[in-house]
Amino acid sequence: MHVVIIGNGIAGVSVARNVRKISDHSITMISSESDFHWSRTALMYIYMGHMTFENTQPYEKHFWKKNRINLVRKYVTRIDAENKTIHFSDGDAMPYDKLVLATGSQSNKFGWPGQDLAGVQGMVSYNDLQSMEEYSHDLKHAVVVGGGLIGIEMAEMFHSRHIPVTFLVREDSFWNGVMPPEESNMINREIRMTHGIDLRLKTELREILPDEHGRVRAIITNEGEEIPCQFVGLTAGVHPNVDLAESAGIEKHRGFLIDKYLETSVKDIYAVGDCAQLRHPADGRRPIEAVWYTGKHMGPVLAQTLVGNQTEYIQKTWFNSAKFINLEYQVYGDVANKVRDGERHLYWEHPTEHKSVRIVYNAATGIVQGFNLMGIRYRSDVCLHWIENQTLVEEVLQNLGPANFDPEFFKTYEHELVRLYNEQNGANLKLKRRKSLRNVFAILNS
Amino acid sequence: MSQVDASLSLANPSPRHLNTPQKVFLGFVGVGVTMIFLALFGGAAGREALFMWTIIGSFAIGGIGYAWSIYKDEAAGIKNNWTWFFSESNRGTLGWILGVAFTAFYIALYWFPAWLGLNPGQANTGLIAVFDPLSMMLSGNPASQWFVYGTFYTLAILVMGIKFIWKYRHSAYHVLRTVSIMFFQTAFAFLIPEFMARLNHNPEVQATGASIPYYDLKNMWPLNYYNFDDYRVNSMIDPELNSLTGNLGFIMLIIGVASVFVISPILTYFFGKRWYCSWVCGCGGLAETAGDSFRHLSDKSVKAWKVERWLIHSVLVAVMVMTIAVVYNYLFKQGQNFWINHEVFSMGVAALMIGLTVLIWIRPKLFGTVSQDIKIIASGLMVAIAGFTMFSWLTGAERVFFMEPYALKKNYGFFIGAMFSGVIGVGFYPLMGSRVWCRFGCPMAAILGLQQRFFSRFRITTNGGQCISCGNCSTYCEMGIDVRAYAQRGQNIVRASCVGCGVCAAVCPRGVLSLENGPNTGNSRMEESRY
Repeated sequence: MHVVIIGNGIAGVSVARNVRKISDHSITMISSESDFHWSRTALMYIYMGHMTFENTQPYEKHFWKKNRINLVRKYVTRIDAENKTIHFSDGDAMPYDKLVLATGSQSNKFGWPGQDLAGVQGMVSYNDLQSMEEYSHDLKHAVVVGGGLIGIEMAEMFHSRHIPVTFLVREDSFWNGVMPPEESNMINREIRMTHGIDLRLKTELREILPDEHGRVRAIITNEGEEIPCQFVGLTAGVHPNVDLAESAGIEKHRGFLIDKYLETSVKDIYAVGDCAQLRHPADGRRPIEAVWYTGKHMGPVLAQTLVGNQTEYIQKTWFNSAKFINLEYQVYGDVANKVRDGERHLYWEHPTEHKSVRIVYNAATGIVQGFNLMGIRYRSDVCLHWIENQTLVEEVLQNLGPANFDPEFFKTYEHELVRLYNEQNGANLKLKRRKSLRNVFAILNS
Repeated sequence: MSQVDASLSLANPSPRHLNTPQKVFLGFVGVGVTMIFLALFGGAAGREALFMWTIIGSFAIGGIGYAWSIYKDEAAGIKNNWTWFFSESNRGTLGWILGVAFTAFYIALYWFPAWLGLNPGQANTGLIAVFDPLSMMLSGNPASQWFVYGTFYTLAILVMGIKFIWKYRHSAYHVLRTVSIMFFQTAFAFLIPEFMARLNHNPEVQATGASIPYYDLKNMWPLNYYNFDDYRVNSMIDPELNSLTGNLGFIMLIIGVASVFVISPILTYFFGKRWYCSWVCGCGGLAETAGDSFRHLSDKSVKAWKVERWLIHSVLVAVMVMTIAVVYNYLFKQGQNFWINHEVFSMGVAALMIGLTVLIWIRPKLFGTVSQDIKIIASGLMVAIAGFTMFSWLTGAERVFFMEPYALKKNYGFFIGAMFSGVIGVGFYPLMGSRVWCRFGCPMAAILGLQQRFFSRFRITTNGGQCISCGNCSTYCEMGIDVRAYAQRGQNIVRASCVGCGVCAAVCPRGVLSLENGPNTGNSRMEESRY
């Protein structure tokens, strides 16, 4: 049995490793981007000088040999599903028994005039990083378009090189499609206190203007303002890489459409990670969840199926995290960007610092749905345990101490949340459990 | 886009621009360095105090001012921008120059103190003479090369400690532990021993013919491998001296023995070895402060980990053999003067060695992940040590291991005490990272590490499945632990070498890691998260 995986990102590697763990199948992992798996989430840290490219590679070179995962550095142009063969750009071909597509995403472009000029790009691949590095040499001013996670990373990257950035965000507050207004506003403030990043809310890109060499020289906003710049970062989201769908006859919508076993419409071809689109996502969940954790979670599930043990992919309780300049963010469970019908939010914010905790629960039953944290770390196992066990908000609050995951000696604020809840609900709860590992185990074993 | 590129930074992307305050403060440092060179060549003769205070002052003002000038406009948070771009911190030209300079200084210090101005039997000259005024002030003695070294060492920990606190000011953990390091260095390693040395000028003390040994109380055996040498033990147990000083010597001896056999096991059980390695120890103190800019240069490979385990445990065996030899020989010569004679000592050593060996084999769960080979080697060594000691006692031999104890000690002092811990340990900061000694050589770290690995409540907790494998934790681990390898599979980190500096938890952009003490010990600390 020969399992061929196209893509060596977290989704592809996760499949390869887990197939190896439970089988002796021969495994080939193909990438045109890099010889070895590296952590895409660490792109920004290479540019900022925190890490070298090697530092971002989670496995040493001998790992692949030892685990008999055959690495191929080639570009796949075509899939011949009938003959179960893939074809490379250099004319070579390779047969497969099972094919896994883990081709990831690419940056969105919305047909802006000038979007293909030199100095205009997104930031997804190692290639993107290298060209960003090249353009940085004579860069006096950069513009970043799009208020998402990659956009703010790019702004921070230029900031680290002392290159002034204008950051265009279409929404009237940063990432407010995901974040509730208070948290979104906190991020606005975090960006604005970072000298050198000029955040422009409610501002869109209209046009990118070239110089005589075909490189960007300025942009024009929807308000008609011309901003001179030598680089434009397009970070208005990503979309799945589905170029291979056509040749293989794979049904696609935005991504490769997959069933609950992660199989595409073509037999023995599967898709995982950013490029995969679930035909039937769970209630309240998106069909494409283009985050690191999706790729990581799909791997072990698909590995079971690939070795003959058909296993359904069930979307785990949602969690995610990010860092906005110096502001850390974590979310566990279901937290929407507004208070929806039938739910209540307990929101506490530090009066001066950028720290907040939001607990979302069902108004009628009191069952906790989610946690949203800014500038404070919470313990994943405890939060997910409470959510999955439908714990009541009052019980959560009384036991909130051990949920805190900040380093030792950090100030804790759990009593503030209890106080706030009492105030708002005329209750008289007390924080019963303090932050300690013993108490964590007590909760997890209850 | 070749993978061979060491990093994108090969062609230094944007050269460093120093602003005016930064230039001025670096200028102060330059003045200090220049004055040192002038002093080395006799330029300070007759102006020692002026040189001394100018050197100290310019390093203090320059170092603290530079820290202020680079961090004052930055919001609190992680400050690793450009770390791999700067020549001094990416093994570039400046890094090599620094490495060679540090190494040269240590070579002079250990083997050619005359270069620094030490003239046995005569007044100091050169750099050492410059520090006579301070030494006279503290202990009443002229300076030695060790006093000069201690002064620079303390100055480095204080100045760079302030820089470190500034850099990590968002983290109470880092602020507190750095204050602790600065305190222990200044008080315990520097001032207290000097003040105690002052007591030796007291005519009554001098009349006893003994003197209070120079003793940094927190510097415990086996890091302080000479702690139980004849001359030190003799002065610590001198009855006349003890009656004069309120049993100061006895107290020192008791602290010396208790710190390794009682105090450190208890503290390590509760908090891990960090209580010593990154809160108290001077070697660790220098690594955390002056060495902070080089922490990412440690080798993270599995191969390096293997070398580390063989090397550090070999040093541990060497120091044990040496100390047993020295103490046995000393007690043998003392005959039946004390209730601890060489017989009691031999039995004690044998009991400890055999006891540990038995523990390895009757409690296999405690050592679950240790390979059979290692267990056999460790047991073999311990049984051999016990055997040699018992054999010497039973045959009435004067020596253990058939070797002259002071020849052993001399070799240990040369290869381990001087070359490894000093020349390589600090000299190679800019090339191999700041904890070379702590990681590969320190026998104290080895003992605490074994305790931490098998019998401690300490672990670094991984926060469920939140790891994004970015690699910041592994990169900035000064001990070369591949933290990410554990974090990305949702597993807690329990490693003998972890000094608990807490930097992995600080640099993690997703809040995945936290240093914690809790109920579990042994391997149960390492279960994988189910999320």
